[in-house]
Amino acid sequence: MIEVQDLTKAYGPVTAVDHVSFSVNEGEILGFLGPNGAGKTTTMRVLTGYLPATSGTAKVAGFDVTTDSLSVRRHIGYLPEAPPLYPDMTVSGYLDFVLRIKNVPAANRRARVDDALTKTNLGDKRNELIKRLSRGYKQRVGLAQALVHDPLVIILDEPTVGLDPKQIIEVRHLIKGLAGTHTIILSTHILPEVSMTCDRVVIINKGKIVAVDTPQNLTTQLRGAQKIHVETQAPEKAFADLLAHIAGASSVKVEPARASGRVTATVEAGAGKEIRNLIAAKIVEKGWPLYELRGVSLSLEDIFLQLTTDDAAHAQASNN
Amino acid sequence: MRSVYAIYRKEMGHYFVSPVAYVVVSLFFLVTAFMFSQYLRAVVEQSFEMGPDFDTPSQLLRAFLGLLALLSLFFMPMVTMGLFAEERKRGTMELLMTSPVRDVDIVLGKFFASLTLFVVMLFPTASYVAYVWLHSDPAPPLRVLLSGYLGVLLFGGCLLALGSFLSSLTESQIIAAVLTFAIFLFLWVISFGTRDTESVFGQIIQYISVIGHLDDFERGIIDTSGLVYYLSFIGFFIFLTVRSIDSLRWRRA
Repeated sequence: MIEVQDLTKAYGPVTAVDHVSFSVNEGEILGFLGPNGAGKTTTMRVLTGYLPATSGTAKVAGFDVTTDSLSVRRHIGYLPEAPPLYPDMTVSGYLDFVLRIKNVPAANRRARVDDALTKTNLGDKRNELIKRLSRGYKQRVGLAQALVHDPLVIILDEPTVGLDPKQIIEVRHLIKGLAGTHTIILSTHILPEVSMTCDRVVIINKGKIVAVDTPQNLTTQLRGAQKIHVETQAPEKAFADLLAHIAGASSVKVEPARASGRVTATVEAGAGKEIRNLIAAKIVEKGWPLYELRGVSLSLEDIFLQLTTDDAAHAQASNN
Repeated sequence: MRSVYAIYRKEMGHYFVSPVAYVVVSLFFLVTAFMFSQYLRAVVEQSFEMGPDFDTPSQLLRAFLGLLALLSLFFMPMVTMGLFAEERKRGTMELLMTSPVRDVDIVLGKFFASLTLFVVMLFPTASYVAYVWLHSDPAPPLRVLLSGYLGVLLFGGCLLALGSFLSSLTESQIIAAVLTFAIFLFLWVISFGTRDTESVFGQIIQYISVIGHLDDFERGIIDTSGLVYYLSFIGFFIFLTVRSIDSLRWRRA
């Protein structure tokens, strides 16, 4: 449904997006993940025909975004970072206007507006002026605007910004519900959002793609090292010494715990090596009480940081 | 065409839901009504001094149409300043530009909406003129009245086209309004020094000036050169606006 090949976008000397290639299958939800300024918005703007690419090609629903921009725009719904709202319009009046500029025939408009209002839970705000709505509601009107004409592809730039936790869950539900019949790209820097809603993730940093995979694969694949958290009551020095001598432990960090007298340690071990039993045995041997011993699974957050900071380190190395 | 109408409809809604239209139309109404009664008195007093040869209704009409042109110079920048500047500032330009509407549809929809508002502004003034026309004996030819209003409409159209172009250049409505006013005023007064010159340069300046062509229309003459001037002025600035909108895509947003 979406094919991006070697897409590059430069603003003068600054390259915002650098030879990015990826594709999105029909009915899939693709998450676009990256720190602020990574090039997420720029990529989305190229896909929606708002900005022309410097080089490379992008196809949406079979149409090229540069040569056939109008056809592309006919098949997309787009929610920019700031919802594009007219404060003087009512919610339903606004959606009707959006349908008109999307060339939806008059006969379908009423039903489409109703449908979008139901999906986004805006039924009771239908005749409200947009300027009187709270931020969360405005965001939802923006979302309604992106899906009101039932487009093949929906592109959402940080769709959950400004919503309260309950609304965030609702919106994620809504997005998940749209998958299958719609192809969706959403960008975010909130990691749980990606693991909860997306089928696949593109991690982008400084305009370059760092990783493309399913959230599950990313978590398991990149869990090269496993982390173990230990809490006991022992002299800090002796405890660190003990852990350092366990075979397989690669890095040990010991800190005093919040409860007095206790210490905690974070131990990293190579993949596939089980050292928890060794740690337990040693501690019991010493006669220390063992309060806690658990494996910490590397969260998407860690992976994300790892990937994006690795990249920065690489860049620095190549500069030197 | 459907897209032009969609934009047109939205703009009209914006004018008449927000206070913009009401403020502009009622102020224009107030000022023109006051000035018309002043002009009427002045022209009638003058006619007593000048004797029976004095063409009172025509003098009044010409003076009044000139006033409409002058007032539109003050009022039109208020109408056009928000056309694109506001859309850019609010981010709604991004919605329009990612929808299946061409840039020219957006510009034309907005231009026709502002032109409609101008017609709404002119409408009440026609009633004063009609009143004088009905009570004059002999009545001036209807042709003069119609061509005079056509002239004012074209003149206003030029202001609107220039105003929408300048509004597309900036995110600031104030800058758009001030520039519209200043540039149009310049195009107006540029001919003041060359009124009686015969030189080629003087004639070129005369032709460029926006106000010179209005005289013919006020006298009931629809001159091709004036018509061509106004229509190409409008067309040129609409074209520039379309290019300027397109260039937004190439600039760093």
